[in-house]
Amino acid sequence: MLHPVPTLRETPSQTAGPYVHIGMTPNFAEIRGIYDADPGLAMLTPQTVGERIKIVGRIVDGAGSPVGDAVVEIWQADASGAFAAPMGPTSNSAPPFTGWGRQPVNAEGVFTFETIKPGPVAGPDGKPMAPHVSLWIVARGINIGLQTRLYFADEAEANAADFVLKKILDPRRRQTLIAPREEGIVPRYVLDIYLQGDKETVFFDI
Amino acid sequence: MSAIMLPGADGALYQRDHSWHPPANTPGYKSTTFRAPRQPLLALGATASELTGPTFGHSMLGPLDNDLIRNYSQDGTEAIGQRMIVYGQVLDENARAVPNTLVEFWQANAGGRYRHKKEGYLAAIDPNFGGCGRTITDESGFYSFRTVKPGAYPWPNGANDWRPAHIHFSVFGHAFAQRLITQMYFEGDPMIWQCPIVGTVPDKAGIEQLIARLDRHNTTPMDALAYRFDIVLRGRRSTMFENKLEGN
Repeated sequence: MLHPVPTLRETPSQTAGPYVHIGMTPNFAEIRGIYDADPGLAMLTPQTVGERIKIVGRIVDGAGSPVGDAVVEIWQADASGAFAAPMGPTSNSAPPFTGWGRQPVNAEGVFTFETIKPGPVAGPDGKPMAPHVSLWIVARGINIGLQTRLYFADEAEANAADFVLKKILDPRRRQTLIAPREEGIVPRYVLDIYLQGDKETVFFDI
Repeated sequence: MSAIMLPGADGALYQRDHSWHPPANTPGYKSTTFRAPRQPLLALGATASELTGPTFGHSMLGPLDNDLIRNYSQDGTEAIGQRMIVYGQVLDENARAVPNTLVEFWQANAGGRYRHKKEGYLAAIDPNFGGCGRTITDESGFYSFRTVKPGAYPWPNGANDWRPAHIHFSVFGHAFAQRLITQMYFEGDPMIWQCPIVGTVPDKAGIEQLIARLDRHNTTPMDALAYRFDIVLRGRRSTMFENKLEGN
């Protein structure tokens, strides 16, 4: 099988900087009136099918301090495991669920997404991957966006068979991607992101 | 064009060349010291989760979203500064246009001051300049917006470090693994080569890729200069199939 050789090089990444909120969440940055709402703020509509959940996490730097100026984006399948993307191998092109969210962290480095629990998505081997959410994190001091995943602790059997989690040989590191469930009116999955140190989160080269 | 996915050649992205991007830890840019992961990244062949991404419709855009000169005007007064058009084409590594993708941009005002509560630089706020905008590329991958040239400004890093005039860009592409944030600089600015954040890019040719070129042909006479800044996102490994490129 032949592939064409790439002719251009990717534009180099640069940090999002300390004022990333001006561009990505201007209403949060108190720049009002340009956009009706910050993009990605709301992922759900009343028609969205699936279990309502919250995804909550705190981003911590190598000195143990909260990263208070980050922006987090998530991308996930819907409850049936389909992506709201016409480009995708499994698409639903008029989605009541966007699958994409964007949130600034607060001063304590905490982000919160109100979303649904995704269904399983087919992996490259044709077997389903465990339900998961992709995360992308940018901030001052991050030269290229950090990519990771959140898995759900109550999917222990699926997690044990997941090809990505199985690539992480150290069980302690594998645990950095698995969010415990906290019951409530809306259940919460809580996953702290450690940029460095003993508990450093597994980040991906995708 | 329909996507024909063949086993083992499923439209995966070209591997990202990390030697072309800044490494995570760049001591000259001090903020990276405690924020750079120290463990190697885990190589992950992209799956449907990374090869898909959010799509945005032109209907989300307001009429002034790509006009920073007017989109924050409080009383009809336009923003202060050197008027200019910034435009360019979003392409992938195969030099194919990336149509219908969201491009967001933000910047300081003409004096080098951001409209942000944590910003402490003494340059004046422009009451009619918010500093952000967005647009969606057309069918040929082109975007454009109107703004004022941002000023250079000092920042706390070294004792006397300055950022060259720059505009921040966020681009989506069509796959979540194409997501990119970068900064655009201006042709001929000597401060580019003195900036610790620019200097995180290892290769001079990579830095050149971040520099917009003055384009006299696209100026608006008696109104605005024009700068061209093309952006390259990661490309997909296309499969040759019946002499057509498939999988894109």
